[in-house]
Amino acid sequence: MTSADWLLAALGTVAVAAGHRVVATDRLVRAGLHLVLCLGAVAGMYLVLTAEFLAWVQVLIYVGAVVVLLLFAVMLTRAPVGAAADLDRPGWTAPLVGGAAGLGLAALLVDAYRWTAVAPAAPGTPEALGAAVFRSWVLPFEVVSVLLLAALVGAIVVSRPGGRR
Amino acid sequence: MSLAELGLRVALVVVAFLTLPLVVGQAEHKVMAHMQGRLGPMYAGGFHGWAQLLADGVKFAQKEDLIPRGADGPVFRLAPAVALLPYLVVLLVIPLGPGDLVAQPLDAGLFFALAVLGVGVVSLLMAAWASANKYSLLGGLRGAAQLLGYELPLVLSAASVAMAAGTLSLPGIVAAWRPWWLLWQLPALLVFFTAALAEIRRPPFDMPIADSELVFGYLTEYTGLRFALFLLAEYVGIVVVAALTTVLFLGGWKGPFADASLGWLWTLLKVFAVSFAVIWLRVATPRLREDQLQRLCWQALVPVALGQLVLTAAVVTAT
Repeated sequence: MTSADWLLAALGTVAVAAGHRVVATDRLVRAGLHLVLCLGAVAGMYLVLTAEFLAWVQVLIYVGAVVVLLLFAVMLTRAPVGAAADLDRPGWTAPLVGGAAGLGLAALLVDAYRWTAVAPAAPGTPEALGAAVFRSWVLPFEVVSVLLLAALVGAIVVSRPGGRR
Repeated sequence: MSLAELGLRVALVVVAFLTLPLVVGQAEHKVMAHMQGRLGPMYAGGFHGWAQLLADGVKFAQKEDLIPRGADGPVFRLAPAVALLPYLVVLLVIPLGPGDLVAQPLDAGLFFALAVLGVGVVSLLMAAWASANKYSLLGGLRGAAQLLGYELPLVLSAASVAMAAGTLSLPGIVAAWRPWWLLWQLPALLVFFTAALAEIRRPPFDMPIADSELVFGYLTEYTGLRFALFLLAEYVGIVVVAALTTVLFLGGWKGPFADASLGWLWTLLKVFAVSFAVIWLRVATPRLREDQLQRLCWQALVPVALGQLVLTAAVVTAT
């Protein structure tokens, strides 16, 4: 194993362990903080795989905005500092479903590649990514932006007071 | 880059990280004392109160380290470190002078800086929630709303410069900068500076701390060295914001003469000039109310930043 492999394995372990804490802890805000760790470790994995730009996007969007919004909402509604006793969590089905899905996907992936070596992709620089998005994939990109706009308009309509009841 | 050189560069960044904020802190004491006619900060140590900062440091180190009984201890203890770390990391990519005078040149340096700065809000929420104090929580909620809102104009105005320069690398942006950009990118400069001021929660954007209504916001329960670390984070924040403004909008190491040999001096001069403006604004402006603060962001800064993007795109495609 090269040092990159070791790093990848270590970051993966951190991500999985933090992900486990997210669902296993009974303190709501700590679950969000573990999510920060988990997503940060995933950003580190992108970095090891030379997808530099994607790693920073992950930090900016997921750590800096999505998780913060999530924590913000949790604190606005209810966020006891100690353990929350009234969290409903299925006891044994969740590990079963989660473990089976994870193992199944891993097995599929291993079976798909076996021992064939795959040439590493070119580093994910902003330039390469920009060229890919705005030359080859410009139509899906625009369609996604229309979808997001529709979601935004929908959110405003739903949350507007005095609208159609 | 050899390992020794890497170590030297990181060590130099740490030195800058430890000294520049102290210089800014001392400057704040003196500038505020002069502007407001304060006698206190001019007294300690004799000449011009030079020892005031030392006295503050000794005071912080002596205070008892308190953690409220109801607090979430590990998160409470971790929050000051999380507040400091992003700023330290951002200092790595800020170019001081032309050529190799940057700790770690990154292709996507601007994007990296903005992404890492965004992590700071996590520390605010950690401090606010782990304190188990209603004033802390209120301050934290205000802070999160403010930081999330102002991140948008910050990123948009920075994107305008990146578009004008055609690169995301910070040294590349300075290299592409021309003096007439001062006029062309003026709206972006104002938006960026205002939004950055809100990002580091300096007056007039200090609603999350608001000592006259929220005790001390999310810092209410912090004492001694942990509180000092948060203060240090605020001053490093000033340095980082001033440095980013300098590099993006004020031409970094470019000056009227001797760019190549004295570039680092121009950068430092500009950084201190912008830091002075930050301190000046603290003395000269009243605190914005929460609704005024959000209105300024969404109804003034965001439209101006979008307009600047259109203008930048028009000029770039025309030339």
